[in-house]
Amino acid sequence: MKNNKQDKHAVERLTGLYRSMSRIRQVETALTRLFANSEVPGFIHLSIGQEGVATGIASALQPQDSLATTHRGHGHVLARGMDVTSFMKEIMGREGGMCKGRGGSMHVADLSLGILGANGIVGAGIPIALGSAMAHQIRQTGGVAVAFFGDGAMAEGVLHETLNMAALWKCPLLLVCENNGWSEFSPTSRQFVAQLEKLAGAFGAAYAKVNGNDVVAVSEAAQQACEHLRAGKGPFVLECSTTRVRGHFEGDAQKYRDSGELESVHEHDPLTAARVTLQAAGVDTVAIDQEIGAQVDAAVEAARADALPTMERAIQDVYTQIVQEKQA
Amino acid sequence: MSSTEMRYVNAVTQALRDSMEQDPAVVVMGEDVAHAGGSFKATRGLLDTFGERRVIDTPISESSITSAAVGMALTGLKPVVEIMFMDFITLSMDALVNQAAKARYMFGGQGSVPMVLRTPHGGGLSAGPQHSQCLEAWLAHIPGLKVVCPSNPQDAYSLLRAAIADPDPVMFIEHKAMYASKGQVDTTITAEIGDARIARAGRDVTLVSYGATVPVCVKAAEQLAKEGVEVEVVDLYSIQPWDKATVLASLSRTHRAVVVHEAVQSFGVGAEIVATIADEGFDELDAPVLRVAAPFMPAPFASSLEKGYVVTVERVIEAVRKTLA
Repeated sequence: MKNNKQDKHAVERLTGLYRSMSRIRQVETALTRLFANSEVPGFIHLSIGQEGVATGIASALQPQDSLATTHRGHGHVLARGMDVTSFMKEIMGREGGMCKGRGGSMHVADLSLGILGANGIVGAGIPIALGSAMAHQIRQTGGVAVAFFGDGAMAEGVLHETLNMAALWKCPLLLVCENNGWSEFSPTSRQFVAQLEKLAGAFGAAYAKVNGNDVVAVSEAAQQACEHLRAGKGPFVLECSTTRVRGHFEGDAQKYRDSGELESVHEHDPLTAARVTLQAAGVDTVAIDQEIGAQVDAAVEAARADALPTMERAIQDVYTQIVQEKQA
Repeated sequence: MSSTEMRYVNAVTQALRDSMEQDPAVVVMGEDVAHAGGSFKATRGLLDTFGERRVIDTPISESSITSAAVGMALTGLKPVVEIMFMDFITLSMDALVNQAAKARYMFGGQGSVPMVLRTPHGGGLSAGPQHSQCLEAWLAHIPGLKVVCPSNPQDAYSLLRAAIADPDPVMFIEHKAMYASKGQVDTTITAEIGDARIARAGRDVTLVSYGATVPVCVKAAEQLAKEGVEVEVVDLYSIQPWDKATVLASLSRTHRAVVVHEAVQSFGVGAEIVATIADEGFDELDAPVLRVAAPFMPAPFASSLEKGYVVTVERVIEAVRKTLA
C-alpha cells in the first residue's frame, strides 16, 4: 500500500517534470522552424537535449530564489515559469515581449520570478548570482541564488573569483555547470585542464556530479544542494553532464563535430527516458505533448500578431528618469 | 542644520553614513573598506556603526565585486562599491558596460540597477601611469550609466546622497588629490544629477570644467579679473547627463568658451562639449572653442614630468587670452 502511494507520488512528480521538459523542447523546436523561416532575428542558442538540467534545478527552487543564466538560457527561464507567450514575443522581437523586444534570446529576464537575465557574455551571470546570493544573506530572505554556466565558462576568471568569495562568506549560491563537453566550437578538453570537482574542492565548496539527462536525478541533487544552502553551509557546485544536440548557435553546421557523436546524441534524450517510465505507468504523454504544443502554437501566433517595438518607447528606458533636455 | 567645515574625504564618509542610516538597503563594499576604513579613509568608522553585513571587505577581485553589486542591486539592495583607483575599473568594465548599464533597457524597463561605483581618478601624486588616469569619458560614452564628479566637499556630500538615492547605476568620480581639501558642508543642501553650477559669474569668457580643475579655473579667473577680464566658470559636476542648457546660456552671455579637464584631450569629455557648442551654439561664437587638457600620453611618474601633464592656472590663463585675442 505504502509502495503504491510512493509510486503514485513519483509518477505525479515525473509528470510535472516531463511537462516542463516538453514545454522547453517544443518552444525550442518551434524556434528552429521560425529561425529557418527568418521569423527570429539575430542569434539563438538552443538547449535541446539539456532540458533535464533546467527542469530538475527549477523544481528545487522557492519563490524568493533567484537565478542568472547564460546565452543558452531558454530552458532555465521557461522551467522557472516565464510566460511562454511573453517569452516567444521577446525572441521574435515584439513590443509585448517580456523585455519589449530589446534583449531577445540572450537577455530574457523576468525580475518578478527572480530571473536576473540570460547573458551574452560567457560566465558573466556567475558573479551577478553571487551578488544576488549576498543580498539574500544580507536581507535574510531565506532565498538562494543559482548561477547556471556551461563548461566553457570554467576558464573564465569570474568563476574562480566567485568561488572564492562565495566560500569565504558561505553564500547561498548554487553553481550549476551544464557540462555538454563543448566550449562553443571547441571541445572543452582542449580548453580547460582542471576538473570542476577539484576546483570546487580548492575553495572548500561542496560538490556533486549528476547525470543531467536524468531529470529525477537532477531534481533530487538540486533538492539536496538547496537544503545545504538554506542551512547556511556555503556554496554548492553541481556538475550536470548533458548533451548539446544543436550547434553552438542555430544554423551552425557543426562540421567540427564527429559524425558518430552527432548520430548518438539522441540516445541521451532526457525526454525519451522520462517518456518510457511514464508510459509504463499509464500516463498519456502524447496528450501532454499535444496540450503543450497547442500552447506553443498559440504563443507563436500571438507573437506574429504583436506590434513591433518603436524607437520612441525604447529610448525611454535607458534611464529610470530620463532627463530629456539635459541628455547629452 | 548649519554648515560645518570638513575635508572632501569626510564629506564622502558623511554622505555614506547618512544614506546608510536612512536606508537599510544601502551597503558599502570594496577592497579594505571595512576594517582598514578604505585606502583613502573614505569609509572610516562605517564598520563600527553598521557592522560586517553592510560594510564588506572584499578580496582583490574588481571584476566580480562590481558584478556582484549588479546582482545585489537586482535583489533589493543599494550597493556602493569602492574601486581603489579609477585605473582598476578596467577590470570592472564588463559589469559596468554590459551588465549595469544595460539591465534596465534590455530587460524592457522591468527594473533598474541602483548601484554606485565610487572611485578616485587623477594625478598630481606621482602615482604613475596605472594610478593616475581620468577615465570618465569611457563611462560617459555608455548609455545607461550616469557619471558625476564633484569639485568640492559640499558637492561631494550632496552628489553622493543623490547618487545613492538614484535608481540607475551612478559612477561617482572622486579626485585623490582633493581628499584633504576643506570646505563648508551643509547636509541639508541637495544636488541633482544632470545639473551644473555657476562657480563664478563673468561676462567675457566661459570656462567649463569639472572635478579638480574647477578650483584651477576659479584661480585663473581671479587672476584675470585683476586685468579686467571677467571669466564665468561652469562646474559641470554631472558629466552624464550634462547640463547643456547652463553651458549654452553662459555661452550666449560670453560668446567665448574654453573647456578644461585633467583627462587627456583627445576623445575626451571636452570633445563632446565642444562639438555640442559648435552645433547648437555656433551662432553665439565669437572665437574658436579651445580645450585645456592633458597631452595624449600616459600619466607620467616623475614630478618634473607630471608638472607638464596636469592642468595649471597658467595654461588656463593662456587659453583664455588666446580666445580673447
